[in-house]
Amino acid sequence: MSISYRLGRLLDVLVPFIAVGAALAVGAIILSFQDVNPFTAYEAMFSGAFTNKNGLADTMVKMIPLLLVALGVAIAFRGGVINIGAEGQLIVGAVLTTYVGLQLGDRLPGPLVIVIGLAAGALMGGFWAAIPGYLKARLGVNEILSTIMMNQIAIQVAFYLLRGPMIDPAELAAGTNIPHSARLPQSTDLPRFTDMAKWVGLDKSAADLGLTGFAGEVYGLLVEPTRLHSGLIIAVVMAILVYIFLWRTTIGYRIRAVGLNQAASRYAGINVQRYIVLSMTLGGMFAGLAGAVEILGLHHRMFEPQAVSAGYGFSGIVVALFGSLHPLGIIPSALLFGGLLVGGDKMQRAVQVPQVLITVILGMVVLFVVSADLWVRRRVNRRVSVDEESPPKPPAEPSPEAAT
Amino acid sequence: MNENLTLLAIVLGILHSGIRLATPYLYASLGEMFAQRSGVLNLGVEGIMLMGSFFGFYTVFETQNMWLGLAVAGLVGALMGLLMALVSVTFKAEQGISGIGLSLFGLGVSSLLFKMTLGTVEGVDGFSELKFCLSSVGVNSGVCLSDLPVVGDIVFSHSLVTYLGYALVPVAAWILARTTWGLKIKAVGQNPEAADSLGVSVSAVRYATVTLGGIFAGIAGASLSISLLGIFQENMTNGIGFIAVALVYFGGWSPWGVLAGSLLFSTVSAIQLWGQVLNLPIPSDVSVMLPYLLTIIALALPIRRAAQPAALTKPFTRGEG
Repeated sequence: MSISYRLGRLLDVLVPFIAVGAALAVGAIILSFQDVNPFTAYEAMFSGAFTNKNGLADTMVKMIPLLLVALGVAIAFRGGVINIGAEGQLIVGAVLTTYVGLQLGDRLPGPLVIVIGLAAGALMGGFWAAIPGYLKARLGVNEILSTIMMNQIAIQVAFYLLRGPMIDPAELAAGTNIPHSARLPQSTDLPRFTDMAKWVGLDKSAADLGLTGFAGEVYGLLVEPTRLHSGLIIAVVMAILVYIFLWRTTIGYRIRAVGLNQAASRYAGINVQRYIVLSMTLGGMFAGLAGAVEILGLHHRMFEPQAVSAGYGFSGIVVALFGSLHPLGIIPSALLFGGLLVGGDKMQRAVQVPQVLITVILGMVVLFVVSADLWVRRRVNRRVSVDEESPPKPPAEPSPEAAT
Repeated sequence: MNENLTLLAIVLGILHSGIRLATPYLYASLGEMFAQRSGVLNLGVEGIMLMGSFFGFYTVFETQNMWLGLAVAGLVGALMGLLMALVSVTFKAEQGISGIGLSLFGLGVSSLLFKMTLGTVEGVDGFSELKFCLSSVGVNSGVCLSDLPVVGDIVFSHSLVTYLGYALVPVAAWILARTTWGLKIKAVGQNPEAADSLGVSVSAVRYATVTLGGIFAGIAGASLSISLLGIFQENMTNGIGFIAVALVYFGGWSPWGVLAGSLLFSTVSAIQLWGQVLNLPIPSDVSVMLPYLLTIIALALPIRRAAQPAALTKPFTRGEG
């Protein structure tokens, strides 16, 4: 454990932060060209997303789908498949959850419908991802391209259903025919944080308790009426479960093994094709779950598919990369990028900088992170070669197993 | 009789649109083919097309000069291509993910600049159609090839940008099959170690092909905004760049295969457009989905899979393996 080794480890952790810093710097240059003071813009972004309870609530509301999608992306990437299809998987998940909620909402108790709805969304997302997974495993179809095409198909399927079988009867009656579904029964709403605070007897506002400043805002976030809903708990619990799954179970170990070296895994007796389909399907299940949570926790109805998916399928990839494809790294990463998305919106209102600046920054973060990967790998290689140069050990005694 | 005439008009219309709409596919996938033949999968085509589409359109909007617009689009495409080459060749990044990053970047920058400069959807006139008249070659006669029955409508009434796209197909085939450059590209894509040992610079060849692919993708984007549609909208390519990448697989990494794929896809798009015009009893959602569904099917077909460059997506490091 030399100092340079520790410094190197520190650099590995810092790489994503340097990437975001560099992306923000390039964004600042673009802003300067448009005669906008970048510091004013970024200040508006940060304070809008992180300093008051409504901003924090919006940030965490966006963090939920980002975290779930990124978990799915991370599982797939760890398994050696690149899932760009989270956008479509989220949409089909949201559609089936809406359908289930509308069909069962009035007949079964709310919590049961929520559980069935979440499961349905996850399964639908998994099914949507299993198709490109299977095509990749059996026919060698490039999964990046097929998942991108599946996104477009999902959008059209959703539009078809929302214009036809699933359209809100009120829209038909009014003759406006806007493609969205009816609202789900309120019994199927995921509880909001303010509801849960009331259940445990917290009903005083921050002002009542004399809490001021940031503490007051955080208290307000958890107790006072905001949009923040219990999907956040689901997402964080899922992150911990994915960590346990990938690093503490045999199946998780095999997924990572296939991702690191397919040939070696095959030699070790792992059915590589099956694990490709599996990691793709699991990835899709998390995207589908994200869609289900968005419907039950936030929108309560299905509408224009791209407005529901809101680009989470792509920003989720950035979140996953930024979190080093590690479930526990992805939690803070999702919080940061949730803040970036909300902050972009606030920035647009404060200094009239179009919100798409965030898309530019997301793209640059991806380019920086994948480029910086080279230095991380180079350092690892150097470490290995240094180890090889150390004095050779005497040949080991043959172990009894090897002798037989 | 009357019905037959209408049917004929529709078929003619579909064929005309098919040849026209193949333009962006042709440019983008021919450029991508060179990159892939040298071993680089550039999935940033979508983003490069959007950049070319915006910069080309903006130039034409400000100057009314079509060719300047096309040149600017090519230049911006070259810069984007260089960026992709830097990331994937010099930094040896995972090509699939870096391409997605480049696409996000291109989508973001083109939308940002569109909102900050134009703000609303504007139109330009677009390239005029060539008529192939005898008068234009000095013969004093009013005869034009575009007046020919059937063939005139389908083949002889497109813009020069479209014809140039088709002309690139034999040129690309010639470069690959008959020039030292083509040989180097193929060698670098098949066996970079061997090419390197013979003194071919793997990096230089890949930089060149990815940049060339960028130029073509930029022009492909501009052909969409200034030639085919005459407008720019945010995210107006809507997946064409990714389909163009898939067409290279579908075309078995050969220019003629790419041509066939481009025509197939543009004809499907044309049928879909005409289906909407004619109010066919197919839901528009289903017909819009067709090209994407077709792409997946095309990728699954075992067409010339053996032709895939052996080093595709594999960064090259001297002295490895």
